[in-house]
Amino acid sequence: MSSEKETIEQHESHHHIVSPMVYLAIVVILLVLTATTVGASYVEMGVFNPIVALAIAAVKMTLVVLFFMHVKYSSKLTQLTVGAGLLTFLVLVGMSLADYFTRAWGRW
Amino acid sequence: MAQQSDATNFAMWLFLLTEIMFFGGLFTAYLIYRNWYYPAFVEASHQLQIGWGTANTAVLITSSFTMAMGVWSAEMRKKGALVFCLVLTFVLGLVFLGIKTIEYREKWEKHHVPGIHYSLQTFLDPASDPEVYNEYHDKPLALDMARHTELYFFLYFAMTGMHALHMIIGIAILGFMIFRAQAGAYTTGHVTFVENFGLYWHFVDIIWIYLFPLLYLISRHQ
Repeated sequence: MSSEKETIEQHESHHHIVSPMVYLAIVVILLVLTATTVGASYVEMGVFNPIVALAIAAVKMTLVVLFFMHVKYSSKLTQLTVGAGLLTFLVLVGMSLADYFTRAWGRW
Repeated sequence: MAQQSDATNFAMWLFLLTEIMFFGGLFTAYLIYRNWYYPAFVEASHQLQIGWGTANTAVLITSSFTMAMGVWSAEMRKKGALVFCLVLTFVLGLVFLGIKTIEYREKWEKHHVPGIHYSLQTFLDPASDPEVYNEYHDKPLALDMARHTELYFFLYFAMTGMHALHMIIGIAILGFMIFRAQAGAYTTGHVTFVENFGLYWHFVDIIWIYLFPLLYLISRHQ
């Protein structure tokens, strides 16, 4: 019994518990950002409409990953894995899009 | 124990990274075709109702919050609070799917589901769809461009459908977890399952955070 208790304590000591107030603050920010991105879509900004929308989405994703998904409080291994995954994703998508978007370059 | 918990947590992240690459393929296809058939994608996206999309975004973000609170309840060993949070998340997940069903039904009724019953009428003659026309005043598309609207809806159904499938799987697991939580399974210090499910649920939320602007918002103006 005592050994079980010990392991639970060890488990907790390495485990960071995020306070509900942090979660509450994050969800309020996320809802405000949702309202912002909807509002921004009604403003004529030309080429900046998608850029603003995706920038806000990126901020929302970052908040979810860091706080709801605990990456801010996670081990270096997890942080590095998530970072490396995101980088690989951006390289794959970015390079593919750069290819397709420039195939007709200079031919119009 | 700590090592096991770390290992399953790490495995969950690796799984989520493969999921990100999977959805990334769909996102890339969408962006490439939107770039190629821009007028078709703009007018087709005007068929989506921003109100429903916004409501669903709020529902999903709130469900992420209730899920995060569920993880907290498990960590604090509050059984009642955990069950309550899981039930809330479960219900919000169903609300999301309900709204999605309303949207899908509208596409079905307007013959905007890709396949043999697909209709180009709205895009060849935008004035025939007064609700959308009064808001956007879209110009008629030439036949060859109008046909590419089907591609938009194919990608719309593929992306939101895959997302909805992930929601359905998540809701099923939530149902299982509610029973286990009632039996006191996660409030004895073994929170790994709840925690890793939380990661999955937040991941599904993140996919929607990108689907919403890409499908609903970015093409409001030409």
